[in-house]
Amino acid sequence: MSQLDARFHIDYPGFRFDVACRVPLDGLIAVFGSSGSGKTTLLRCIAGLTRASSGFLQFDEAVWQDDARGVFLPVERRRVGVVFQEARLFPHLTVTQNLTYGMKRSSPSSRRIEFDHVSALLRLEPLFQRRVSHLSGGEQQRVAIGRALLRNPQLLLMDEPLASLDRQRKKEIVPFLQQLNREFRIPVLYVSHDLHEVLQLANHMVLLKEGSVAATGPIQDVFARLDLPELVESNAVGAILETRIVEHEPHFGLTRVEFLGQSLFLPQQALPPGAPLRVQILSRDVSLTVGAPLAASSALNALEATITEVSESPGDPYAVEVKLDVGSPLLAMITRKSFHQLRLKPGQQVHASFKAVALN
Amino acid sequence: MSIPEMDWTPLWLTMQLAGVTVVVLLLVGTPMAWWLAFTRSRFRTLVEAIVALPIVLPPTVLGFYLLVALGPHGLIGGPWKDLTGSALSFTFTGLVIASTFYSLPFVVQPLHGAFEAVGKKPLEAAWSLGASRLDAFFTVASPMAVRGYLSAVVLGFAHTLGEFGVVLMVGGNIPGVTKVLSIAIYDHVEVLEYTQAHFLSAMLLAFSFLILAIVYTVNRRLPIHVS
Repeated sequence: MSQLDARFHIDYPGFRFDVACRVPLDGLIAVFGSSGSGKTTLLRCIAGLTRASSGFLQFDEAVWQDDARGVFLPVERRRVGVVFQEARLFPHLTVTQNLTYGMKRSSPSSRRIEFDHVSALLRLEPLFQRRVSHLSGGEQQRVAIGRALLRNPQLLLMDEPLASLDRQRKKEIVPFLQQLNREFRIPVLYVSHDLHEVLQLANHMVLLKEGSVAATGPIQDVFARLDLPELVESNAVGAILETRIVEHEPHFGLTRVEFLGQSLFLPQQALPPGAPLRVQILSRDVSLTVGAPLAASSALNALEATITEVSESPGDPYAVEVKLDVGSPLLAMITRKSFHQLRLKPGQQVHASFKAVALN
Repeated sequence: MSIPEMDWTPLWLTMQLAGVTVVVLLLVGTPMAWWLAFTRSRFRTLVEAIVALPIVLPPTVLGFYLLVALGPHGLIGGPWKDLTGSALSFTFTGLVIASTFYSLPFVVQPLHGAFEAVGKKPLEAAWSLGASRLDAFFTVASPMAVRGYLSAVVLGFAHTLGEFGVVLMVGGNIPGVTKVLSIAIYDHVEVLEYTQAHFLSAMLLAFSFLILAIVYTVNRRLPIHVS
């Protein structure tokens, strides 16, 4: 699979930005970290808007920057679409003119994204005749996303596009972002400091801390790691499972989803059967059973699991973290007492029962 | 009061001078204003101060230096003479060059302010959409800075109209060549032709008021509000 290979170094007064990462050019790659960790700088370096004092950037086969050889492709020749935190629409142009600004400047041979497709997906048509200054924040951001898409980029860069919006507007945009990926198959690099956004949207993740990469990998792996205090402290670690909705059981208020051929139950969802659903399991919501699962148990969800690793819990001296493989990594936090009673060790087969939460 | 017997040449000459000067100033002043708005050079404040000098300098002082510079052995006049074979002082071209210096701040400052108000952000957006630097300047920065341009054109034009000291020093008082409106008024007063002086002064006053009124009205109605 094609990759983005990025290495940048900048010395700011009192802050060293030194990032090296390789990410697959597929789906949505979240760049996550607290404010001041260098997320926006990374995005700007990739866009070519900030020039690192020394850097290397390769997009698939194409080298966009290589300071060792004096190569630096300016932003206008990189074919990236950038969505900034503020929409940055052009106030002297109409909505339509804003949308076509980048389209007109892309070579006809590279145009594979249709105007009508974008405007239908982002429901832009009612906005065409409106003045840019009369659009709401959410509408502006939708136009900005459409404008970036119609540039026909090879890579879409989004710098906290939802940060300036209130909760209602965010809810309005997130479904668009989820569709974007599926509809246009353009890799998206998405900067965020909102863990929930990342959990909802990302397949891959780059975790930044104080100007360098603390972790990178598929989101399922990163959220099952214990060595990342940012995630552990926000109680977000556990597992992320990609499931599909099978059926609703309205009389129980439940929805049955399928994960690798096994059934899981969640509180009833609004999506129709067949729809993909991302499910989060928190490590403290998991309990482990050795041997056959209890014939009668109130737990609805149980998966066969293999223990891969056992370690101390970073936060709680009386707890132990057990890393399991259920076809996807899963982390369980259990008491030290249970750990000793069950005599758990790597390689052992167990059953994990848990409460699952939908990420929508 | 009936319209007196008048020589209209000074009026026509003044309009020509102000018009040509504004065009030259836009060509020279735009890159300067752009540089001032976006540079991080430590010479920026120095250049800003130099540009502002004509505002505080007595026109005679400025005129004196320009006279020297435009002379056949001067900094500008010397090379000009080598190049074209003719001198600059006491010519219309010399007057245009002098007026360009004289009215420079009135064009550069509004443009500088306007470009600064536009800022880097819309430009970055334009570049990321595939626009070259020049393309982004013409299709994004300039239309967004339209109020600045309007102010620059009007102030530059009006300020050149009223020019007196510099013209007198550099251009002298040659009818049809360098005798502009303000000097014509001065001449009329010298020979006690108050009617003519009144008439020309009133015209200049009315004209200045009119264009300023138009500018402020148009400015208010322009749809673009930067930041």
